[in-house]
Amino acid sequence: MSIRNRIPRWCLHYWTRLTQPVALALWIILAFGFIAGVSFWSGFNTMLEQTATEDFCTSCHGMTENLREIKPTIHYTNRSGVQATCSDCHLPHNFTNEIIRKVQASKEVFGAIAGTIDTRQKFQDYRLHMAKREWQRMKENDSQECRNCHKMESMDYTLQSSQAAYMHRTYLATGQATCIDCHKGIAHRLPDMENVPQWSPPSSGAVKKKG
Amino acid sequence: MQRSTFNGITSLSALFVLLSIGVVRADYDAMEGEPESLRGNTPLLDEKSPPRLKDFPKEIKKPLPNYVGQPPLIPHSIRGYDITANSNPCLACHSLENAPKFKATPIGVSHFRDRDGHMLPDVSPSRYNCTQCHVPQKNAPPLIENLFKPVKSLQQ
Repeated sequence: MSIRNRIPRWCLHYWTRLTQPVALALWIILAFGFIAGVSFWSGFNTMLEQTATEDFCTSCHGMTENLREIKPTIHYTNRSGVQATCSDCHLPHNFTNEIIRKVQASKEVFGAIAGTIDTRQKFQDYRLHMAKREWQRMKENDSQECRNCHKMESMDYTLQSSQAAYMHRTYLATGQATCIDCHKGIAHRLPDMENVPQWSPPSSGAVKKKG
Repeated sequence: MQRSTFNGITSLSALFVLLSIGVVRADYDAMEGEPESLRGNTPLLDEKSPPRLKDFPKEIKKPLPNYVGQPPLIPHSIRGYDITANSNPCLACHSLENAPKFKATPIGVSHFRDRDGHMLPDVSPSRYNCTQCHVPQKNAPPLIENLFKPVKSLQQ
């Protein structure tokens, strides 16, 4: 007498149901999974996109100052109307780094709540700190955010001014320097550059603002 | 009675304004043939349409100075070069330390002297604002005929 005969029939029936689901159920589960996957991914993506728009970035009080500064620069206003906005330079385009940066940016939410840079004066005082962080980041990733648009391989040196061509040929192409080494303050006003190599203004100090 | 006085004053002042406009216009016409002001012959009450802004060329051949002591012109565009107390983008290339590296024209040694004649170890604060004297050259013909001739030694 096998063990099978001792189990009640309804139990066996139920067990068969569980172990061998009908084909339809399988498809329903798959369909639900697909729909859930699509909606989750598009929601996630929309969220990523929405938090990288200029409107979002400048919705905090601290960043309105920045927006005003970039407006007259070539990256915002130019003859052809191609525009680089906040996320084009400050958010990595490659997915992994983008997510890392997004998580880091959650720290800035606390800054916004605490009002770290919510007045012009606070922004000015904090500018060097923020600028240094961005310069460091750009230097470490070989100015990747510049190179997303400005490909060195596609630069025609003959169309550049002789000075620019010389600099790019000598320092950029040989890898001695990366974009941010020279192109500082192209989109925002510069902080106090006193101890920044190459930039240090007159050491006599009389032009420096006091306090 | 008061109202009529008021009316009289209003009409008188209106007449005066009209007359003065007439006088100004008459003066203006009388000036025709004389050197023109920036407004040209546009009547005072009209708005002159401004001339088209000229583009600064990206790069021009370094022009020779016209007279001894002339601040050299800037032979390149300086868009976005903000000279502030914080930073001086001109000196980032043209300072004495940086100029050889970037093959840029170094600033004159005279710029190290302050207005009292003392030699300073670095650029004198009174020379810090480069664009006060040095300007980029637009490709613009002279507005009026200029008979100035540079001295022999500076002629091209």
